[in-house]
Amino acid sequence: MARYAMVIDTRRCVGCADCVVACKTENNVADGFCRDWIVQDVRGGYPDLQMEIRSERCNHCENAPCVRCCPTGASTIAVGGIVIVERDECTGCKACIASCPYDARFVHPEGFVDKCTFCIHRVKEGLNPACVSVCPTKCMFFGDLDDPDSEVSKLLKARPNHALFPEAGTKPKIYYLT
Amino acid sequence: MQELTITSGRNMAHIDPNLSIWGWEIPVYLYLGGLVAGILFFSALYFLRGKSDEMPTVVRVTPLLAPFILGIGLFVLFLDLEYKLHVFRFYTNIRLESPMSWGSWTIGVVFPLSLLWAAIHVTDVFPNWRWPFQWLKRFVLMAQTYARPIAWILILYSVILGMYTGILLSAFNARPIWNTAIMGPLFLASGLSTGLALNLLLSKNKAEKHIIGRVDVMAIGTEIFLIIHMFMGLLASTEIHIKAAELFLGGPYTAFFWIFVVGLGLMLPALLELLEIRGKVGVSKIPALLVLAGGFVLRYIIVEAGQFSQWGL
Amino acid sequence: MAKSLSRREFIKIGGLGLGGLALGGGLMNSCANMLMEEQAVQLGLTGAANGSLALSPTVCEICFWKCAGWVHTIDGQPWKITGNEHDPSCNGRLCPRGTGGLGAYLDADRLRTPLIRTGVRGKQTFREATWDEALDFIAIKMKKIAEEHGPECVALFTHGSGGSYFKHLLRAYGSNNIAAPSYAQCRGPREEAYMLTFGEGVYSPERTDIRNSKCLVLIGSHLGENMHNTQVQEFADMVGNGGTVITVDPRYSVAASKSKYWLPIRPATDLALMLAWIHVIIEEQLFDQEYVKNNTYGFDELRQSVKKYTPEWAYPITTIKPHIIRETAREMGWQKPATLVHPGRHVTWYGDDTQRVRAGAILNALLGSWGRRGGFYYPNKAAVPKYKYPAYPAAKRSWRDAFPGKYPLANLALASGICDATLPSPERDCSFKGWLVYGTNLLMTLPQPKKTIAAMQNLDLLVAIDLMPAEITGWADVVLPECSYLERYDDLRVSPGRVPTVALRAPAFKTKYNSRPGWWIARELGLKMGLEKYFPWETLEDYLETRLKGAGLSLAELKEKGVVELPQRQPLYFEDGVQPEFDTPSGKIELYSDVLASYGFDPVPQYTAHEEPPDGYYRLLYGRAPTHTFGRTTNNPILTETMAENEVWINTKVAELNGIRNGEYIILANQDGAKTNKIKAKVTERIRHDCVYVVHGFGHQDKRLRKAFLRGADDAQLITKVKIDPIMGGTGMRVNFVTFEKVVQAV
Repeated sequence: MARYAMVIDTRRCVGCADCVVACKTENNVADGFCRDWIVQDVRGGYPDLQMEIRSERCNHCENAPCVRCCPTGASTIAVGGIVIVERDECTGCKACIASCPYDARFVHPEGFVDKCTFCIHRVKEGLNPACVSVCPTKCMFFGDLDDPDSEVSKLLKARPNHALFPEAGTKPKIYYLT
Repeated sequence: MQELTITSGRNMAHIDPNLSIWGWEIPVYLYLGGLVAGILFFSALYFLRGKSDEMPTVVRVTPLLAPFILGIGLFVLFLDLEYKLHVFRFYTNIRLESPMSWGSWTIGVVFPLSLLWAAIHVTDVFPNWRWPFQWLKRFVLMAQTYARPIAWILILYSVILGMYTGILLSAFNARPIWNTAIMGPLFLASGLSTGLALNLLLSKNKAEKHIIGRVDVMAIGTEIFLIIHMFMGLLASTEIHIKAAELFLGGPYTAFFWIFVVGLGLMLPALLELLEIRGKVGVSKIPALLVLAGGFVLRYIIVEAGQFSQWGL
Repeated sequence: MAKSLSRREFIKIGGLGLGGLALGGGLMNSCANMLMEEQAVQLGLTGAANGSLALSPTVCEICFWKCAGWVHTIDGQPWKITGNEHDPSCNGRLCPRGTGGLGAYLDADRLRTPLIRTGVRGKQTFREATWDEALDFIAIKMKKIAEEHGPECVALFTHGSGGSYFKHLLRAYGSNNIAAPSYAQCRGPREEAYMLTFGEGVYSPERTDIRNSKCLVLIGSHLGENMHNTQVQEFADMVGNGGTVITVDPRYSVAASKSKYWLPIRPATDLALMLAWIHVIIEEQLFDQEYVKNNTYGFDELRQSVKKYTPEWAYPITTIKPHIIRETAREMGWQKPATLVHPGRHVTWYGDDTQRVRAGAILNALLGSWGRRGGFYYPNKAAVPKYKYPAYPAAKRSWRDAFPGKYPLANLALASGICDATLPSPERDCSFKGWLVYGTNLLMTLPQPKKTIAAMQNLDLLVAIDLMPAEITGWADVVLPECSYLERYDDLRVSPGRVPTVALRAPAFKTKYNSRPGWWIARELGLKMGLEKYFPWETLEDYLETRLKGAGLSLAELKEKGVVELPQRQPLYFEDGVQPEFDTPSGKIELYSDVLASYGFDPVPQYTAHEEPPDGYYRLLYGRAPTHTFGRTTNNPILTETMAENEVWINTKVAELNGIRNGEYIILANQDGAKTNKIKAKVTERIRHDCVYVVHGFGHQDKRLRKAFLRGADDAQLITKVKIDPIMGGTGMRVNFVTFEKVVQAV
């Protein structure tokens, strides 16, 4: 089985938020909510500054705390390691929201918990997630970590990279090239 | 220096700038759960030790309230659910990895047990009590013959319930202030203490009150020890845990926590109870109320602070 | 609809897995329900087979880049917009604004029906009117103005595609006074500076060959924060390929974060830095000697004139250390001719803007990047014949008459100039009596909004044609609701570029409310004024078919493809052995300009110091955010979610000095006492201590814009002072200084 991951080149990314907007329309994300977002991480003091711009979202962790803490199994791991919420099983207890170190989840106005699905409906058809497919800077890549020839595997081999809070032990699958 | 800002997206209800998914409902539920654990634990304990007559409030009277208190707790939990129609989903799945699943099944055991335990004692408290159905009467009579094994099960499950109210939070790695194994014992100790405080409030028997007071001082002492231990553990841990501990050690929750939880909720009632045991004062209702209030404030502030403490921004 | 996909194909594109995925709610309930039904179909739970996906071609109207895309609908309901793979303006990838373009259609606050004002100007008292009534009202007034004062006393302000019909209408009516704020308030100085130097403008989309550039120099350009689509795409490619970026900006912009060199210059001193660069490049012989020898005019005069501009001279002015000036100049020299000194876009800053931009043009000339790979390419012109109309009546007067001897090199009408010439003056025989305002909110676009209001009070007729209510529509006598770009045909997008193309915008939806396309409004108005002969076509489809036939194309083909490539005629770069020609008086690249000298301007740019902010005041800088186009998108329900209000950037130490906390709301007040709405402070290390920065387009005052009303602050309110570029009349707007005030809590 595939192990889907996303690799984002922070050198190319300008933080335009096209990924955020594309996700909203592709997935019809509820008003006032979003499944991905842009972070500007600035270090140093004027005039010696460095900035990393990141498009962030659910990390589809291999050791997903949201899946482990879910009392009903609504949060579950689907094909390719994609973490999804089965809305029919969800009680809206919000344990998964509390469990996520990335704050990637929210309560949909209809009551169930919602988050990034890696556009599983597109991935199943061999398409990239909407955010990846629209990115004007082509800074986002999606693919299978188990396939050594996939673009993501190659990029991770070739370029220094980091994930978010790996020390939280969640084994996140969004990698940022630096 | 680091500036970390979300420039697009997010700013979502109840997520940003800090998590606020759990308001008053979850602390109330945890509090009432702990209280019921305390009530049932001591009732079963003193029942087994044959002190039913010496300590009638603890063993017989207060447990009658337990199912109602637990019922209120469950109703409040229900209020917190965002997808209320799906509440039954808790009982169509067993998820061994999920503390909340354990909790829902634990309550699935404790709630009927608490009803049964109340039923066993109801005629002792209300001699004129009449069961509406014969089969029910027969069932309760039969249960009374198994009262001792039931008490043993109650002790086990009340400890699980009391611990669970803390473990529910401590299992969240993402919220550093919760993420300490002390949380279970701490909430258990607090639950036992509040259970005793309720007994203290209801008891009219001076000797019984003295015993309750003495045990409660021990429970409070344990709690204070665990709180100190909690901060020591957090401060000895990673940066985010240290930052979390600092919320109470100079951060925004400091004054509130040390004055209302530790001062008014633990130290003062312990002192008053000690004085009362020595016969210096006779104000048992005041420490009881302080402990009950302090127990709730502890849970409320921990639930709040946990949502405030995070890995990211 | 050009393409109809079968349900099966639809499932491929939009169908859901069996995972019970969360969709639903929000903008497009019906769409989500449809998807749920599709899911049901997949599961075999129902035999219902409703819902079909359709694509229709569009050209984005959220900004002037005009990317071609596809509107995806499900059962006619909006789903999403994606870029057209074959469009070189977007390469299949829209920017966030284009992706969120549906919001323009969906916005519930849109103008819904024609309005006629019932009270005094500025009070929002209108009555709803029929189109017939509203257009009659305008036609009668326009005819009266033409009789009493001459048709030249009506002016048009325009921004956006639909403006072409109103330009046509106005010319047919007899006036040539057509102004776009994009000239005197934006890129006018750039076009004139490049015209003076190379005999050609930079045009839009810019002819910058960023993707092949090895060294990109940005003078205040914040690529990545302004999302001029392919320009940013190429910028990312260039950065991704390890190219050198040198960013000159008082603010640590996104582009600065991608740069090898960030030069946090003292604002208003860019010209000093560029002159020092020219000095180093000449003195250290870093320039392209052969190119300069063969193609330029006035090198020796330039050399003489910049002798004094040493890096040591520039240091105290710019605060950029001399060794950094030298290092960056050498970097530029090493990478030549693939070094691109970006000409910028919004360049009306300090009133000497033509000269400043010309210094950049001279740098490009010295480095030999004009007409070379990695510099500026020669765009291929797209030839689609114009629709043939009868000749327009000759206008007897023009806006220029109001400014005798001024702004000699302005090639286009000045929006600000027309505004000035509307205020009666004893020196003029006639001031403007009527304004048509299409798609531009003059109160936010033009500096000095009080002057604009005073001008409007002198009008006999003020018509606003727009999609959204805005401050300007509150002042209009008649407000005409145009439909959004997703509900109409429009004129062809004929784009020059590396590959010239023609693109079609076709309606994806029926017109909403009682709105109408711009072409319909202009035509009906023309008919009512007896200008039938200028509107021989009945629908825009007729018009388009005629034009396309002239280029050997058809409307059907365009509907199918969205974008069609046109044949290329000329090479993008100069070819070896071919002596290039330049459309300048000398036929060469003019490092020294006799034209400027003849009008008494500096023939080679010279540095003059600008006023510095007084103590306790900070220079107001403004710019853009990637998800908004000025004030036009700040009410867009999709885009607002990515950024709902602006912030004022304040240096950490300055904030400390003024007792301002990060995230606190404050009020900005300028040197003339003008104040803004409250705005959130962003306390940051990312900006110098002598300036503040805000994103333009927020702080709308019109409460009909429910999402934008009083969200953030409007920088235009603080631009009460301008410095006019004497060469072409551009309004330098970065000459205002602000201080901070606490928000007074209402008791």
